[in-house]
Amino acid sequence: MKRKIYMTAGYNTVSMGTGRKEFNPKKDRPGLEYYISEAGKGVLNQIGGAEKVDESFIGNFMAARFNKQGHIGGFAGMIDPGLEYKPAMRVEGACSSGGLALVSGIRSVLAETADVVLALGVEVQNTVKAIYGADILAGAGWFQKRKNSHAYFFPGQNSDRAGAYYEKYGYDYTRKGMGKWFCNDMENARLDPNAQEFHNTTPDLEALYHGMKPNGKSFVDHLNVLDCSKVSDGASGIAIVSEEGLKRIGVDKKDAVEIVGWAQLTRNITNDPPEPLELTTIKKTAAKALENAGISIDQVATIELHDCFSIVGVLGVEALGLAEPGKGAGFIAEGNTSRTGKIPMNTTGGLIGWGHPTGATGVHQAVTIWQQLTGKAGATQLNITAEKPYGLTINMGGDDVTVVAIVYKRGE
Amino acid sequence: MNYDERLKHVSVLGAAGKMGSGILLLTAVEMADISLKPENKGKTFVLNAIDLSDDGLAGLMDYLRVQVQKIAEKKAVMLRQLYADRTDLIENFDIIEQYVNDVLRIVRPTTAIETSYRSNLVFEAVSENKDLKVKILKQIDTNNPNQPWFFTNTSSVPIHLIEDEAGLKGRVLGFHFYNPPAIQKLVELIVTAYTLPEATQFANSYAKALRKVVVPSNDFAGFIGNGHFMRDALHGINQAIELSKTIPLTEAIYKVNKVSQDFLVRPMGIFQLVDYVGIDVVQFIMKVMNPFMVNEDLHSDLLDKMMELGVKGGQLSSGAQKDGFLKYEKGAPVAVFDIKQGDYVAFDSFSAKSDEQLGALPQNFKPWKAAVRIANNETHFTPYFAELKAMDSEGAKLAIRYGKRSDAIGRQLVSDKVANNEQDVNTVMLTGFFHAYGPINSFFE
Repeated sequence: MKRKIYMTAGYNTVSMGTGRKEFNPKKDRPGLEYYISEAGKGVLNQIGGAEKVDESFIGNFMAARFNKQGHIGGFAGMIDPGLEYKPAMRVEGACSSGGLALVSGIRSVLAETADVVLALGVEVQNTVKAIYGADILAGAGWFQKRKNSHAYFFPGQNSDRAGAYYEKYGYDYTRKGMGKWFCNDMENARLDPNAQEFHNTTPDLEALYHGMKPNGKSFVDHLNVLDCSKVSDGASGIAIVSEEGLKRIGVDKKDAVEIVGWAQLTRNITNDPPEPLELTTIKKTAAKALENAGISIDQVATIELHDCFSIVGVLGVEALGLAEPGKGAGFIAEGNTSRTGKIPMNTTGGLIGWGHPTGATGVHQAVTIWQQLTGKAGATQLNITAEKPYGLTINMGGDDVTVVAIVYKRGE
Repeated sequence: MNYDERLKHVSVLGAAGKMGSGILLLTAVEMADISLKPENKGKTFVLNAIDLSDDGLAGLMDYLRVQVQKIAEKKAVMLRQLYADRTDLIENFDIIEQYVNDVLRIVRPTTAIETSYRSNLVFEAVSENKDLKVKILKQIDTNNPNQPWFFTNTSSVPIHLIEDEAGLKGRVLGFHFYNPPAIQKLVELIVTAYTLPEATQFANSYAKALRKVVVPSNDFAGFIGNGHFMRDALHGINQAIELSKTIPLTEAIYKVNKVSQDFLVRPMGIFQLVDYVGIDVVQFIMKVMNPFMVNEDLHSDLLDKMMELGVKGGQLSSGAQKDGFLKYEKGAPVAVFDIKQGDYVAFDSFSAKSDEQLGALPQNFKPWKAAVRIANNETHFTPYFAELKAMDSEGAKLAIRYGKRSDAIGRQLVSDKVANNEQDVNTVMLTGFFHAYGPINSFFE
């Protein structure tokens, strides 16, 4: 890369929704404005205010339907008058919208059109019941195929992937891996006060998971609700800066992460995935990002993997080359991805435990990696060693359609 | 006339009432599902929602829309298949809206009873008044050329009396939903000596389609449910009166309510249950049943007194509990009515003393909410009641006496041939009254 790119000053709101004690679906709740404002201010407060910012990007998937609100870029000036009359736009790529906001910021800094970018992601989804939310989220797929799809569109797609995996590698074996993934997420979420499942106290998570069998009559054939990400309201923000930018905002490199590689690939949305048992776009995008960074997956200390469903966790570790095809479930079941394992993943709970405010998720992943690599991760902190200094985020939109992969290292 | 044809033209009498609205909802959904079967395409299904109150019918339509939408949202997975050939219905939103429409277009709210003259089936859910029921059913039958079947929701009037007096030989049966019909799983099915077998068969199919648990009851006033509940309530009332010889009646009512809820591990205490059903309704049902009782007086002066004072309990249309024997805040009892003063006395002013007199609960006590979730809960209740029996406290003694009486009432329903067997009595109390254990058991021997 022709310039060094850093990220710093990450901020997450609470991920609000079922699981949080204060969540009451029958009462009025904060809307988009609140979350955008909190996350935006959360970043600005750490970088010396809005006057330091050249440009803003806001990742958002479907406010146009969840909140009847388009034109999200117009909310940048609401965060702080110092952002008004500066460039601001909303970017969209379904659940990878947050990742695209990061990529947009990286590109702008690389293009030398900005030295300090405010990157935000936001989604407020609890405005409708899950059955209607499914309609809205289905917009991440090709609408021409909606008529013949499942009522719960994305769970349906991933149920098919899970079913194929059960068939090829065995039901019990696969469920063991998926169950362990769920348990890891919950245990990690309990360590982060902003996580949606922070208040979770279920004494025996494994018993809960394995006691709940998938039921196609009320939901989908091969997944239950514990296999699914949360329905969330939330926002995350982070500053994307050049070396000059770091000086301008007065942040030490040690308190920032350097972006050492990244990639963003998209497959044709009108096609079915080429192979139900492979996340091809994740595989290609991660490989490219690692190649750009000039490192191997074995040098990565921790990964934020877009686990919208537990089966994506299983297929994800295979796509990243951590396990052979069919071995992903076993790799997880053996504890390799837990916080004490070989390669800890989703250390604040992932999409199943921390929550999945769709447009914000990509930014939340970057914030988690920034916290881990700079020693700001609080109770979720891992021990990052010199042998394995890298972090990796994989943010996916749709059924493996748009993928953003970013490789990070602490600034030095 | 097959099942689908029978349901092609139906009327619900008293459709805006508490029971009628639930029956209407369930029937409307069942009729819509039938109308949407490919073989019924092009046929028009009609469900008359008949009630005296225009206001009530307006409210009923609002209630229906909300409830049908909830039902549709729950079965969206199935509805997508049902409307698979409708290329214009793509999103869940479209499909659910269409289904709500398809249910509501069947329902005709009206105050005109004449609309029922073309029905094949009439559900009756008017006031619990035999003469009124007889008059209306007779009028419909006289004017309806279809030889309709009549399903009455009476909870106390013997069906054969309605059959005789309205001249409906063989075409009437008791189809007793529990309140609220949309939620409660239990239906008591009562036939007479003449009820047509095909009507009984239809009733069973219809109940099955509504996913109800059917318990057959024989045709005695009050049937199984009220046969048990009225006697059980009377026992509680009489226990309180007995206790009031030495303590104020308010404290006695508090104690018996607490014993019947906590010590006996029931969903609510007996006085709360009477309030829930309505003191007026309980008094009325006893009045209907009493003439049929042999060697038994099913009557309470205390209920009469409460009614004289205008304290009736029951529920507001919102479902909120009205004050009766007890006063409620956010659904929970907080005070008890003092007949002498005509006002409520807060539990706080005496409950600590009463609780101490009743004594502690057994060590392995689990509240109803937890106990009802235990699979095979006999393993919990056998040691629980054994411990209770071994205790010498006032609460334990009252509870054991209560449990024995409840058991005896259950057995009497079998020996009086109201219920066919003990299991049926227990099913009614478990399903219709949400008891955690059947009244007929060996816990209190």
